[in-house]
Order: sequence, then C-alpha cells, then structure tokens
Amino acid sequence: MFGRPSRTGRALQYLALAGYLIFLGFPLVWLLSTAFKPPRELVQLHPSLIPSNPTVQNFVQAFTEQDLGRAALNSLQVSLASAVLTVLVAMPASYALARFRSKLGTAALGWVLLSQLFPFVLLIIPIFLILRQVGLANTHAGLVLIYVVWALPFALWMLQGFVRNIPRELEEAASVDGASRLQVLRRVVFPLLAPGLVATALFSFISAWNEFFFALVLVKTPELATLPVALARFVGIEGTARLGPLAAGSLLATLPSLIFFAFMQRRLSSGSLAGAVKG
Amino acid sequence: MLRTRFRRLAAAAAVAVVGLGGLTACGDGGDDEATSGPVKLRFLSLAWQKESLQANKDLVAKWNAEHPDIQVEYVQGDWNSVHDQLVTSFEGGDAPDIVHYEASAIGEFSKQGYLADLSDLISGDLKGQIDQGVWDTVTFDGKVTGVPFLLESQVVIANKKLLDAAGVAVPPADGGWTWDEFQANAQKLTKPGQYGVAWALKSPTNRVLNLALNYDGKFFYTDGGRTEVKVTDAEKEIPKRIHDMLYTTKTASPEALGMSGADTLPGFFGGKYAMLPGSVSLRQQMVEQAPAGFEWVTLPPIKGLSSKQAANPQTLSVSEDSKHKKQAAQFLEYFLNPTNMAALAKGDWLVPTGKQANEELVKLTGGKQGWDVAADSAADLTVAPFQMADGYPEWKTKYATPALQQYFANKITLDQLATQLVDGGKQVLR
Repeated sequence: MFGRPSRTGRALQYLALAGYLIFLGFPLVWLLSTAFKPPRELVQLHPSLIPSNPTVQNFVQAFTEQDLGRAALNSLQVSLASAVLTVLVAMPASYALARFRSKLGTAALGWVLLSQLFPFVLLIIPIFLILRQVGLANTHAGLVLIYVVWALPFALWMLQGFVRNIPRELEEAASVDGASRLQVLRRVVFPLLAPGLVATALFSFISAWNEFFFALVLVKTPELATLPVALARFVGIEGTARLGPLAAGSLLATLPSLIFFAFMQRRLSSGSLAGAVKG
Repeated sequence: MLRTRFRRLAAAAAVAVVGLGGLTACGDGGDDEATSGPVKLRFLSLAWQKESLQANKDLVAKWNAEHPDIQVEYVQGDWNSVHDQLVTSFEGGDAPDIVHYEASAIGEFSKQGYLADLSDLISGDLKGQIDQGVWDTVTFDGKVTGVPFLLESQVVIANKKLLDAAGVAVPPADGGWTWDEFQANAQKLTKPGQYGVAWALKSPTNRVLNLALNYDGKFFYTDGGRTEVKVTDAEKEIPKRIHDMLYTTKTASPEALGMSGADTLPGFFGGKYAMLPGSVSLRQQMVEQAPAGFEWVTLPPIKGLSSKQAANPQTLSVSEDSKHKKQAAQFLEYFLNPTNMAALAKGDWLVPTGKQANEELVKLTGGKQGWDVAADSAADLTVAPFQMADGYPEWKTKYATPALQQYFANKITLDQLATQLVDGGKQVLR
C-alpha cells in the first residue's frame, strides 16, 4: 500500500533522526565536558566542548565534600526496592483489573488515576505525619513505601495494557490441559508479561532514582540522604552553583540509570510495543 | 525456561522483601528524644561554598569536642528547597533545633510562632556587637527570632586594566562614587565592543529595592497599621538611572538584562563589560575563576543621597519546638563569637554583622581582595520597609518582577511601571 521511501525521503529521515539524537545527547556531552573543566574554563566567553586542561579535581571535590558514594548506595537501595515492590504489587493488581472487569474495577482505576492529580506539596505534611506515627519517618523503608505508592497508578495503567494483550485463549488452553489458576498465572501469564514487568520496573526505578522532594523532606539524617539531595548541596543562592563538582556528581548519578536502561532496553522496547498495540 | 523465569522473579521478590526489612533498620525510625546522655541539637546549615562549608564543619566539630554534654549534628540543606523543607518540618513538629536562613524569610515563620524569641537567651555581648538597624531586620512583633550574622552589600567589581586605560581612578574604600560619577565613568568605559556596565537583572526586584534606599525610596509605607505601595520620585530614581544607562547613554549592556550575576562573568573576563554592580560575594568568583593576569578591583557602594542599602542578613534561629533552646543559644554564642563569625564570613565572602568580627576579618585579610570595601559597606546596611511587609514575597513575584523586567526591556514607561507596582500592592496588601 505504501511505496518504498525515495532516497531523498530516506535521507531526510536519517537527518531528522540525527538531529534528534544530537538534541538528546548534547546535554550529556556538555555535562561530560563540564565535569572535566577547571574553574577558569567554566566562565570562558567562547566555551569549548573539549576542555583545554582537563582535570579530575571536580570529581575529587564532589566526593570529598559530599558523601556521594554513600548517597549513591542509598539511592540504589531505595530505587531497587521501589522497582521490585512496585512490580510485585502491580502485577496481580493489573491482572485483576484487566481480566475481572467490573464497575468497581473501572471506578478503582479512575480513582487511581485521579490520585495523580494531587500536587506533592499538598500531600507531604499528612504523609510525613503518618510515617512518623508508624515509625517510618526518616527511614529508607518509609521512602520506598511512598515511592511504591507514587509509582503504582502509572504502573497499573501500563501493566494492564500488557495483560490485555495476552490472549485469553492461552489461559483457557492451559486450564483445559489441567493447569490450576495459579499454575496458569505462573507458567503462562507472568512469563508473557515479562516485557511489561521490565518496563514497569524501569519506570519505577528511574522515578525513585531521580526523586528529590520526598527524599529531602522525609529523610533527616545526613547519612541516609539520597543522591539528588546530596547533589542539590552544590547549588547556592538564586541559581548560582558550583558547576564543576555539580557536573561531576551529576555525571556519576546518571550512570546507574544508563547502565540499568542499557540492560533492560531490548525487553523494554519489545514490551512497550506489545503494550501499545492493543493496550 | 518458564520455571527458571518464575524462580528468578520469586528470588527478586524475596530480595526486595528482605531488602525492605533491612531498610527499616536504616534510620532512627523517628525522632524520639534520648532520655539520657548528651543533649543533641540538629543544626540545619545552608553553607554551600567550599571554604564556608569547611568553616562550618570545623566549628561544629570543635564545639562537639569541647562540649561532650551538648552534641550538635550538622545537617546541610540547600537554599533552593529550604523553604519547603522548613514548612514541612515546622508543620510536622520535626524542625531542626537551629536553623540557618535569612531575615526576609524568617518573618513568616516568626509570625506563625515557629521560631523562639531569643531576646533573653543571647548575651548582651553578642547584642552589642551588631548594629540596631541590623537587629531590626530580625525583630518581628517585638520578638527577636534570629541572630543576623552575614550581610551581603552591593558593590561594583571592575576590570582594573580597562579603568586605567580609560583614565578612571579607583576610589578609596570609604569614598565611593556618586551615581552621577558612576554613570559618567561608565560613559568613559564604553566604546565599540565594550560596555561600561553589565546590570544583571534577571531578578531585578530585590536589587532595585535595595538600591532605592540610596535616594530614600521606600516603596512600602505604613500608616495607622495599614501598609501600601507608593512610587514617588524617590522610588523612581534608581530604575530611571539604570534605564537611562541602557537606552539613553547606552553604557549598559542590554544582553545582561536576563542574566544572573554569575552569568555575566564570561563577558566581564572577556572584556565586554568594564564594571559589574553586584554582591560582595562575587569576589569569590573573581578569585577562583578569573583568567591568569586578569586584574580586578572592588569599588565601594554607589552613593545617592546616602549609600544606604537594605540589609537582608543570613540568620541563625532556634525552633520554638526545640526542647533545648538554652543549649542551642549557647551554641549560637560560641558559633558567632567574633573570631568564628569572621571565619564564617571569610568562607562565604560576605560581611560579618559583628563589629569586632569585621575588624578581625580586615586584619586577617589585610583588606585585600576587596575586604576593606566590604567591611566599610557594613555601616550602610539597614532594615528596609519592604522587608517588614507581609505581602512582599507575593508582590515581588506576581507584580514587581514582571513590571520591572518590562520596564528594563523598554516595553513600558516609568509611569506605567509605577502604576503596575502600586496596583500590585493594592491586590496583595488588601
């Protein structure tokens, strides 16, 4: 129905793609360049992409002044726990929402989505008071709990698209072959749901990894601070910042996300596609 | 294969559950006060520059070593999010014992009763070290709810070689230029490819209102308990002079209008601008970032009818909810003794509020790198009416900043600016 694109069309496609890649990649390249620049090169009238006198001093400063190593470990713990727990809760819940459709389910789904409309600031004080009462204020567990709750609505919406994409016939066939409901879930549904689970885990991991406000307000002990909170300490009054150490710290902060993403990418892309077709 | 996948999933779940169990162990699970042992104070500090951070940490470590019965935990916050952090902490009843912030921001917390009245907790010595005009900035409804300790005055940083080339002499530390002289010298320093001045006016309101005191411009007038915004000739003087430099004499760079102070540095170091009116703390960037061989000087504050500027000192307050106010005040006395205050000011490149600290700092630095000018400028800093006005933050954000930005972009007239500022005041101060 559609003919092959002409050479010009193909060239334009690649040009657009290249432009998009540069658009996406440039901030990262600039971050990389800034991280290795000495202070004087940061305020040049005509800045260069490649530092004239590259230095690792920014990394040394970033790590000696702030305990970025510990903060990164804290962030990793919190993000991984949030990702796994979000998946564990979202998996059965999304299955129930997708397969057992009822008015209650639809209402629940609507309510879940509605809950996303409340701004952070409105919720933070009640959340803080509740966590304090149950002894979870100033703990990573409290933070994980909030992140899981915060990520769940989107995770549920995303995962139920994936569940609907799995033909019911497969489950029925397994039942006919004598599989129990649990076996059907374990051996048929969940394995087919893997791309969706990866996408959900990625989403949950990255949102927890980057989250700042809850981590700032709910965690008081300096040793428990997460990476975004530690990095904010390089920013001063009215937008001034210590660009060198900030860039060095931020560069290292992006690495785990990039690595995690690189490992999961194949599953994510196939998963997103699968979820998108019939979701 | 399916079984392997499921096992992996189950293993991940187990790891998460065990991990979460472990996570609950991270942290103290609340903020229960220890019933025995040393008194513990939490100190939220906003120091962020390398030297300042070190000075703060050193002083806290020294205090802890000398006072085993009162231990201070140093917690570093950040300026951008401290307001939200404090609102939540105060509302949630979990505020730090000692809070670092600034005079213009603590008024709101003071009026809500979150900060302790320090009048009877601090010594006469400390009170006597700081001018009454500066104490006034932290006095709300008769209560002193912060100790002002670092001041930021507006000076002018200039490229020495360009001044010399244009035959402009550097004024002494205690004899700054008048606005007329400043504008005339800016003219001398302007030539093709070079502007005399770069006014960084990304956030123009504070700067305009600070400098307006040069001509006794108050903006906020209170009569019979009612506050209103007025824009008379006194208030118009500073915006008008800056506007003239931008569009009449063209001695100020229009491209700097959207910049913050630090954004102008590449142009300043590159010789595009000869003078940068800005905070005394800009000197730190000069020391750290100026290219080798670049000569810079700090010129004293510009004078109008006076050199008065609004003082918005950084402050240390004690939470009303703190169970150890007396000990917290003891720590403040120590932390802000003249020697320590001088060390803190040096670390932040700001002016100490204490007279003795100021003298010690000039001695310590030999008055070099603009410390003589910085020290002299302290005497002109005082409370401004806008700092005491309840609706100022809202007026600033919603009305003053957009109106001033439009005026400096030459999109509205001076009279239109005045009307917008007054109307904004009526909306906010009803």
